[in-house]
Amino acid sequence: MAPLNLTACQMREAMAKGDLSAREATDASLETIERLEPKIHAFLSLSPQTARRRATEIDDRRARGEDVGLLGGIPVAIKDNFCTADGRPTTCGSRILERWKAPYSAHVVERLEAEGAVIVGKTNLDEFAMGSSTENSAFGPTRNPWDLERVPGGSSGGSAAAVASRMVPLALGSDTGGSIRQPAALCGVVGLKPTYGLVSRYGLVAFASSLDQIGPFARTVGDAALLLRAVAGHDGRDSTSIPQAPPDYPATLEEPVQPLRIGVPKEFFGEGLDAAVEGAVREALGAYERLGARLVDVSLPHATDYAIATYYLVATSEASSNLARYDGVHYGRRASEYADMIEMYMRSRAEGFGDEVRRRVMLGTYALSAGYYDAYYKKAARVRRLIRRDYEAAFRRVDVVMGPTTPTPAFRLGEKTDDPLTMYLCDVYTVSCNLSGIAGLSLPCGFAKGGLPVGLQIIGDAMSEERLLRVARMYEREVNWTERRPPPCDGKA
Amino acid sequence: MAISRDEVLKVATLSRIRLSDAEVDRLASQLSSILAYVEKLGELDTDAVEPLAHPLPLRNVLRPDEPKPSLSPQDAVGGAPDAADNFFRVPRVLDDGTGA
Repeated sequence: MAPLNLTACQMREAMAKGDLSAREATDASLETIERLEPKIHAFLSLSPQTARRRATEIDDRRARGEDVGLLGGIPVAIKDNFCTADGRPTTCGSRILERWKAPYSAHVVERLEAEGAVIVGKTNLDEFAMGSSTENSAFGPTRNPWDLERVPGGSSGGSAAAVASRMVPLALGSDTGGSIRQPAALCGVVGLKPTYGLVSRYGLVAFASSLDQIGPFARTVGDAALLLRAVAGHDGRDSTSIPQAPPDYPATLEEPVQPLRIGVPKEFFGEGLDAAVEGAVREALGAYERLGARLVDVSLPHATDYAIATYYLVATSEASSNLARYDGVHYGRRASEYADMIEMYMRSRAEGFGDEVRRRVMLGTYALSAGYYDAYYKKAARVRRLIRRDYEAAFRRVDVVMGPTTPTPAFRLGEKTDDPLTMYLCDVYTVSCNLSGIAGLSLPCGFAKGGLPVGLQIIGDAMSEERLLRVARMYEREVNWTERRPPPCDGKA
Repeated sequence: MAISRDEVLKVATLSRIRLSDAEVDRLASQLSSILAYVEKLGELDTDAVEPLAHPLPLRNVLRPDEPKPSLSPQDAVGGAPDAADNFFRVPRVLDDGTGA
């Protein structure tokens, strides 16, 4: 049997029946990782011994009739910007934290452990979650399993690639401007950014505190629902955590949403959208119509170009503030030569931060500085409210909004690294969700030429994850893309 | 709007990031083009629009003032590049009064 070809939900059933042990699943995961990692580089660190020990412990507990949790024995991967107090570094893909070990674990890590998951390792990311290709990692890029010369997307490229290449059925990432949804689309997996505040950010190394959210990667909607259930919910240690208890996502997943009004924003189908991506997305919309949904033209006038401009002022401003803590004093790397304190800060940060991080910190510092604050940061904050109003108006008329997740399929490594702005435009359909604090999901909906996956984005109002997952499941029941495997999984690459 | 070399150096000092000359030039060019792009926000009339800093209406989320376990001092300084006696050790900041 090939355990890693099972979904997480299928693994749960097999384990409950005694057809599969946690130890077998973990061993299979670690073997797959060993075989494919030289090509893909999804991970920054692995914990094989801890994982095997944990898997054995789960098997023993199950044998004793104990409850092993929602994810008992299932191998999972987590992005390396989640603090883990297990003796392994939490690097954030940065030289400045290359050897730093967190003294505590993130809320979501504690939740995974409480639900019996077996964390096999920490995945690669763009440095401090800043990027759309994972090329900004200080430790080398991750490659897209569907074409090893192409990017997996970013910033959660490692998590997306690990799931797409069947190293693990489940992974967690973080999404500030699209960093779960965009790599999910480029890697042909399901990725969900929850409503701001649904999943605790305690222990998520902060990039932009009003935008960051943690969410699941999986090959199927059911698996994403399971993982979201395991990690969502109020946490008193995060003062931006929503107080109300979330619904049981897996329980209602199979109920279709009827009637279903789908908003199709004209701004998401404009210039810059690749024809093959548009084709696959429109076919998916056609599938929804056949299921009885009604397509409604809507307009989100501020959600694309203005949203990118807003995001690259708001997010960079917040980042300049959040990354001020990396000063060679409290954590991580300190420069070895300096004449005084200020020079120590300046050299430590110059040595520790890569180009993109420096660019964004400086942009944010500029946008917040005296004389520029009103024209840049405050202006952007006003436009942020306009973006949210666009969605509020749309959701008065439709249940969900749909469009492409990304303007193109996966691009080549090095293709967009010369001009930062070209890379920023990868997020054109995703950033407005983060700015508005609402929920968005990317669902595989086909392939472009070269066998490159295409993602359909489904956006819902705040706290609409339950509906989003049901809507996504409607399509997945009709059109199943999950049987198709990337070349390395078929032994072809 | 173009950002000059001098402004880049000023922002770099505020950001506490040391840059080489070549880096200053490259950043001046890249930041200028990004700033030119974000200028488009000027097309929008936002005079009557309140800034939105945060998506949730939560305010002043507090808990009762009861001491709870937290990070030990050792853990708190444990990740530092230079720590001693539960302090972070840094280069001298204050003048010692001798004029040195």
